[in-house]
Amino acid sequence: MHTGPSDNEILSRVLQGDQQAYAEIVKRYQAFVFTIALRYTPNREDAEEIAQDCFVKAFRSLSDFRGESKFSTWLYTIVTTTCLTFLRKKKLETSSLDNEKVFEAADSLDSGFRANQIEQKSRITMVNKAIALLSTDDAQILTLFYKGEQSLEEIAQVLAIEANTVKVRLHRARQRLKEKMEKHFAAELSDL
Amino acid sequence: MNTQQNIEERLWSYIDGVSGVEEKSAIEELLQSNLEWQRKYRELLDIHELLHSSELEEPSMRFTRNVMEEIARYQIAPATKTYLNKRIIYGIGTFLVTMIIGFLIYGFGQTDWSAGGNTNVNIPVDLGKVDYTKFFNNTYVNIFMMVNIVLGLGLLDRFLSKKKAERTAH
Repeated sequence: MHTGPSDNEILSRVLQGDQQAYAEIVKRYQAFVFTIALRYTPNREDAEEIAQDCFVKAFRSLSDFRGESKFSTWLYTIVTTTCLTFLRKKKLETSSLDNEKVFEAADSLDSGFRANQIEQKSRITMVNKAIALLSTDDAQILTLFYKGEQSLEEIAQVLAIEANTVKVRLHRARQRLKEKMEKHFAAELSDL
Repeated sequence: MNTQQNIEERLWSYIDGVSGVEEKSAIEELLQSNLEWQRKYRELLDIHELLHSSELEEPSMRFTRNVMEEIARYQIAPATKTYLNKRIIYGIGTFLVTMIIGFLIYGFGQTDWSAGGNTNVNIPVDLGKVDYTKFFNNTYVNIFMMVNIVLGLGLLDRFLSKKKAERTAH
């Protein structure tokens, strides 16, 4: 939850001509939008470019935001479609990036580096790494639910699917996350 | 396995707070009395809390400034409802439908329905002697057909790309 003026209050100021007020919206949502973009592409520069495009598109279409849903839900819909468009242009595969293989390859490169990373043993590091091993769809739905403060119905709106489908996908994503954690972070899990 | 899945699904709904009142009471009773349910609940709650503790990635320090510099070049587009009057669209649609219905009524009205039942139909044109190749020798017809083929291929490509993107997304 954000302190200070609500999103709708800031947006009305922007619509009345106070363009600088939009900076507050960007600051509030930049981390989330960037994180979602990173689910689609591991390249941070690309993810920043996507995130920047999302905010610019949202700004230009601000008049079409009717306020029937939360601004965050509307923004996240723009993020999803922008990410897919970007990847289509770059002709990258959107899902099933077998991040597990990437992780294993990196894992074997430098055992000293690996040992240093694993030594951190923090819950946050472990779960972030585990999420990074998931497919785009799984990572995105978990991020939308746990970090985006979106309900199942709102996530359904963002992803243009049924709410029941969201529930099933969320359940599967959690299951797959658990499997990844048990496979790659068994030692850390037992220490917690 | 199905029972395990069922327990997990019900527990997740309970943890997410989307279970109905009766279901919630049933689960709470099971959690008090059933060791397997208690073990599973603790396991899933751990994952739930871990997910809550995950952090978002932060973009570069210049991100907000980059966005603001970018939007300074644009104006907010007017809402589509201000320049897209639905009444005009419905009016045009109604006009077209009325025209089509009118032509159909006129066409049927001109038809001599009493002429039915005559098996000796005299077509003034001998279809066997029509040289169809002359239709495709016309330059304008060829251009028209080429344009249609290109448009058709373009639409097919868009359709197939969309299907491929949907398949890879799943």
